[in-house]
Amino acid sequence: MIGRVLGHKTFQPTIVAGLMVFALFAMPSIFDATWIFNFTQMAIYSMVAASVGMLYGRVGLVSLGQVAPYGIGAWVTIRLAFATDIPYPLLLIIGGGVAAVIGVLIGLPALRVSGLYLALVTLLLAVGVEVILFRLKFANGGPGFNGLALTMSDRAPVPRPTFAEGDVAFFRFVVIVAFIIFMLAVAFLATKPGRAWASVRQSEPSALASGISITRYKLLAFGLAAFMAGVAGGLFGAHVQWSIGVDQFNRQAALFLIAVVLMGGIHSLWGALLAAFFAKILLDFLTQNVIGHQFWNDFALTIFGIGLMINLIQTTKAMEKKGLLE
Amino acid sequence: MIEITDLSVQFGGVRSLDEVTLTFPDGNCGLIGPNGAGKTTLFNVLSGFVTPVTGRVVIDDVDLLDMADYRRARWGVRRTFQTVQTIESLTVYENVRTVHEHAAEGSRSERQDAVDDVLAFVGLSDVRDSVVRALSQRDRRFIEVARAIVGAPRVVLLDEPAAGLPEEETDHLAQIIRSVPERTGATVILVDHDMSLVQACCDWTAVLDFGRLVAAGPTAEVLHDERVLAAYVGEEGA
Repeated sequence: MIGRVLGHKTFQPTIVAGLMVFALFAMPSIFDATWIFNFTQMAIYSMVAASVGMLYGRVGLVSLGQVAPYGIGAWVTIRLAFATDIPYPLLLIIGGGVAAVIGVLIGLPALRVSGLYLALVTLLLAVGVEVILFRLKFANGGPGFNGLALTMSDRAPVPRPTFAEGDVAFFRFVVIVAFIIFMLAVAFLATKPGRAWASVRQSEPSALASGISITRYKLLAFGLAAFMAGVAGGLFGAHVQWSIGVDQFNRQAALFLIAVVLMGGIHSLWGALLAAFFAKILLDFLTQNVIGHQFWNDFALTIFGIGLMINLIQTTKAMEKKGLLE
Repeated sequence: MIEITDLSVQFGGVRSLDEVTLTFPDGNCGLIGPNGAGKTTLFNVLSGFVTPVTGRVVIDDVDLLDMADYRRARWGVRRTFQTVQTIESLTVYENVRTVHEHAAEGSRSERQDAVDDVLAFVGLSDVRDSVVRALSQRDRRFIEVARAIVGAPRVVLLDEPAAGLPEEETDHLAQIIRSVPERTGATVILVDHDMSLVQACCDWTAVLDFGRLVAAGPTAEVLHDERVLAAYVGEEGA
């Protein structure tokens, strides 16, 4: 059951447990600090990718706006981390909760539009959030609502949890949070909401004829996905610590996100890991060892766009073969 | 008993249903007519997918049209579709359970018993844990029927459930349909072009043509009604 939910016939709890043990204990010994930093990025990004994949692959909702709850989760968590003594895990939940509320608001248009129109509407809403984040900027230890320091000397890094201040400890913390977020998604997908989402995705008339409130379950999906992205945003702030800018949550980041998620695969939570690997490991490897920074800056989206086109063509052919497309 | 009064549905300039007034009695009822007669439109009105321009539908003293679409299934209006709409990514059990957990009451164990019971009733116990995308069209048809009758439906709308089924499977389906009212207490309305299935299942039948009621009454009488022969059987003969 859970194996099918995770979308891979080879899934076994022992494999997941083995991967967790490898990530928590073996990886810090195998990889140097730079790669641990990158793998932390990957674990964080996999949560955002999973939220997009869940919306599209499980509910059939094409959202290009998932960077918005990602950014909002980051902003709220960073601001509260500077301003309060709230325990860090609780901060993540608050950041995710605020993002979930915004996610539900972003999801409201989904009740009226679908497909390409929904994609455009969610992208526009993400641009709106981008503008707000650009105006607010991310807190860096200063006073006031924004928490912006007036001078460079007053700036401070985003605090990390006291039990995970070092890079390796923080990596382990992120891996555990990512595991919890993935299990949260599995818990929803394997139970009543997951079956309702599958029904909505298959056929809305059939879902209605089954007594499923489409409004309720679509908004639940947007809320859950935004929560996942919001928690990831909170972790991102504490991961980067310095120089957090709106360019990490802008429209280009939104398009890049959907591109890598589609390449990783939307019907499987493993696809989210693959997408995060493309975006945060493969990208860095190519930048440092093969292509060069300037080339990558210029052509990253083009290369991923080509990959996305190939992916979509292959997916369409596979769907036609299975009789899912006429 | 389903009381329909002055029901009209308009799509642009086309009247799909034109002041239809009829009462379906309890038990198994047939609803027949040529293509475009308004049969599926009537099902869509009962399901809440289409809003009529005029008319009322009263079941057990409740005005159905005042109810939100998804609440109608919870209240007891269930249906199948001409094109099978099972959930491909779920198992047979999960397909039926999805309807039961949203449209019927019951504890976890009662739910499981109810779903297993209906799967045995329609003959799908052997494929209970199979994912639907791996099953045949025949199995999908019976899954849809199981989804429509699980729990405690008040009205079961079957829209061409025998389409694509071989003759021996149609006989099996007829046995199932005949026993639904006794098993669940629901009124069944069967739409199908297979007259032998309608005759085998339904004691009472209504006939629509161009959105209007042509005839209604005991099936044997209706099928020999001259207006019906002209509208429906005559067309087949031609």
